[in-house]
Amino acid sequence: MNNTQSIELLFELSRPGRRTHRLPVCDVPVKPVSSLLPAGAVAEAPPPLPEVGEIDLIRHYNNLSTRNFSIDTNFYPLGSCTMKYNPKRHERFAANPAFAGVHPLQDEETTQGMLEMLWDMQNFLTEISGLPAISLQPAAGAHGELTALYVAAAYFRDKGMTSRRKVLVPDSAHGTNPASAVLAGFQTITVKSNAKGLVDLDDLKSKLDDSTAVFMITNPNTLGLFEGQIRQITDLVHQAGGLVYLDGANMNAILGITRPGDFGADMQHYNVHKTFTGPHGGGGPGSGPITVRDFLAPYLPTPLVKKVGDKFELDYNLPKSIGRVRSFFGNVGILFRGWAYIRTLGPDGLKKVSEHAVLNANYLLSRLKGNFDVPHGDRCMHEFVASAKGLRREKRISAMDIGKRLLDYGYHAPTVYFPLVVPEALMMEPTETESKQTLDAFADALIAIINEEPTFLHQAPHTMPISRPDEVKAAKEPILRWTA
Amino acid sequence: MPYILNTPDDEQTMLKAIGAESIDELFSTIPAEARLPRALNIPAAMEEIELTQHVGALGRKNQAAGDHVCFLGGGAYDHFIPTVVDAVSSRSEFYTAYTPYQAEASQGSLQAFYEYQTLICQITGMDVANASLYEGGSAVAEAVLMAINVTDRKGNVVVPESLHPEYRQVLATYLANLGVQLVTIPTPGGYLDPAELKKAVGPETAAVVVQHPNFFGHLEEVEELVRITRAAGALYVASFDPISAGVIKRPGQYDADIAVAEGQCLGTPLGYGGPYLGIMACRNEYVRKIPGRLVGQTTDRNGKRCWTLTLQTREQHIRRDKATSNICTNQGLFALRAAVYLTALGPQGLKETAELCLQKAHYLADQLATIPGVSLKFNRPFFKEFAVKLPGDVPVMLKQLQTKGYFAGLHAGRWYPGLADTLTVAVTEKRTKAEMDGLVKAIKELVGK
Repeated sequence: MNNTQSIELLFELSRPGRRTHRLPVCDVPVKPVSSLLPAGAVAEAPPPLPEVGEIDLIRHYNNLSTRNFSIDTNFYPLGSCTMKYNPKRHERFAANPAFAGVHPLQDEETTQGMLEMLWDMQNFLTEISGLPAISLQPAAGAHGELTALYVAAAYFRDKGMTSRRKVLVPDSAHGTNPASAVLAGFQTITVKSNAKGLVDLDDLKSKLDDSTAVFMITNPNTLGLFEGQIRQITDLVHQAGGLVYLDGANMNAILGITRPGDFGADMQHYNVHKTFTGPHGGGGPGSGPITVRDFLAPYLPTPLVKKVGDKFELDYNLPKSIGRVRSFFGNVGILFRGWAYIRTLGPDGLKKVSEHAVLNANYLLSRLKGNFDVPHGDRCMHEFVASAKGLRREKRISAMDIGKRLLDYGYHAPTVYFPLVVPEALMMEPTETESKQTLDAFADALIAIINEEPTFLHQAPHTMPISRPDEVKAAKEPILRWTA
Repeated sequence: MPYILNTPDDEQTMLKAIGAESIDELFSTIPAEARLPRALNIPAAMEEIELTQHVGALGRKNQAAGDHVCFLGGGAYDHFIPTVVDAVSSRSEFYTAYTPYQAEASQGSLQAFYEYQTLICQITGMDVANASLYEGGSAVAEAVLMAINVTDRKGNVVVPESLHPEYRQVLATYLANLGVQLVTIPTPGGYLDPAELKKAVGPETAAVVVQHPNFFGHLEEVEELVRITRAAGALYVASFDPISAGVIKRPGQYDADIAVAEGQCLGTPLGYGGPYLGIMACRNEYVRKIPGRLVGQTTDRNGKRCWTLTLQTREQHIRRDKATSNICTNQGLFALRAAVYLTALGPQGLKETAELCLQKAHYLADQLATIPGVSLKFNRPFFKEFAVKLPGDVPVMLKQLQTKGYFAGLHAGRWYPGLADTLTVAVTEKRTKAEMDGLVKAIKELVGK
């Protein structure tokens, strides 16, 4: 991790005349560029890219890779992120040239295998959500939220209900919810959580009226609690004439156990890169398909995959469609991995995923509840939120200090300071792919940490390549690129 | 079952520690009426051997670009991917890492993204770049939202028909609920006539978006278009081809305000359209309005140079409904691939790649124009893609060429009713003289019939 070779930037490694990739001699008669392009359009010189030989390039990146935590090297109990194991077989499937080499605008006759896989995926995801119509197009969860809100807006416009301009969002929601709502042209209203961490029904009631378009709910919510009154909530929203949107970030808790369509949601997105284990890739790509009720299907983006006889086709014929939200079909490589995961597990396996995700989270909670405040009870779904509020008050140890010190023990920090409704939040989601032994060792580490010297923790981590970057400086005088 | 490690013994021990009788009890907060009373109706599990065989069988129902000679473009190109790109991106320390929110545990990704941002500044000639967006179409839409934000104008946005039709569709979707009009200028000559742009822009125009080289592969009169846009007080959004930066002027060199691109050409497989890479760069003065993640350099508590996500107060997880965009994920792994690709090529490699595309595309265009009835549709300079007029039913001809082993191009009539007779043909550095001569011969035979 501390190999100094990796600390140099590519640009510092550069030496004029070096290069990695070489090109063949041009096999057609070469004409002067000036005879092919107008002089004013031609650049005097190519961009000043770094000049690096192959061994330097490989060492640079391999050394950089060792300065990362990753699922393949570390336990990552990041709440809300579902950092489960990414099966290796998926990478081999996705690299198969019969899939990776297909151009997005090829004739459908030449893409039947691809379309069959995507058709399957449409069916799997509608079945899992209990919502019958689907678009695989959105590129990520937030993109799915935005797409679904566009669908809702198109629906209300089509029905002449243009005064429905408000989107209600619980205070425990992901930040993408209100941000997506504004981008879709809605006004956002925050709905309070009650002392139990659930939607405050009275507050919801007081905010529902004939201007309500959509209520966005995460269920299980970001505190890891299932909204037990979900039917009352969805009934209230429907009675007010609004639609219910389910943020599917936490689908890992309920696969095959309950379905958003069955508890009253009208639309939902998936995070295929979370629930169905497309790798996170250091921040992406994701994939955020949406499923919706029948009456919203006419507004979905196109194209959709349909089956005609035994052939698969792309269907662009949706006259009321919102249009496209991106070019081409979608993040197919991630959908393909998700498809392979669902095919590997089958109905029983998927249910078992959620059962063990919930078992693991509850076990970890049981190991920690004597040592940490757990403000929302001693049972949870796939994740729970502990609070370092008491530790902060008594020992001046913050959630941040604990997270940073965990890195020294080889564990990624939990999600800290989210959700916003819990002070000094430590949000933990172990996922189903971790063993009891890993959870025990992690709990032991956490308990050991809170008994360490506070001043030592304030400076943690102590064994990582760097410690506590100056973020104020980074934002005040931003240096966003290397310059010579 | 794979991937779950808890044994029945573990399960019992864990339940006991929790104080629960059964796993089912842990789900007791889910009301009975909401529980699914049956198994999911999806196919039974498959072991790795079975699934591998199934994937192989599905793959055989596809014909990939590698099975044909591929002249398809339209925003996705069959460029060569050097082996080092796959070697680096298959390091699972990169591909199984999360977003680098914990800087100490993510210096590898952070430094790689910082380098990516720098490389994007180099190929765009712009001041700053973000750590990537989803893909080329939504990158155009995000650039326009940013321009609306910067100019505080909500009247209209002007685009020519020579901008990728799917990018225009995306933009139309993004603008539909914001009360901003999308003005589309026809481009019957295969390019945006500056005089037409002058008529279309006004004091309410937030942005002009021009693709250069455009959807047909032709160059636009960018310097004049920038002058007109600037005079109207709007922002100029340049959608460009990163490979073209090896030979033609970069957006910063012709004074664009925001540069966006589809980055698939930089080391990303065709993959049926995604995941791809949305590139975005802009002038320094707009940096606090840029969407998506940014990596900045700083120092740690011991004074060591290091990298961290920065200017996060623009982003949804901090600003919620006041954020510059709703974007959370980026395309980290494909930004990494693009960085490795650009580094592997270096300035000379990018120049040679661009020149090979340029020379070969012109060779093929010249050869095609020798076929009776075949001509270039537009008499305009082009880079690696061009529009050809064919005698006959273009979709039928394309199918016939497909059976002969050629993905000969894209039928422009699919998006442009007036171009029913037109094919757009893309030529990358991978195409050989023999392949191109083969295509010419095959078209000659079809036309001669």
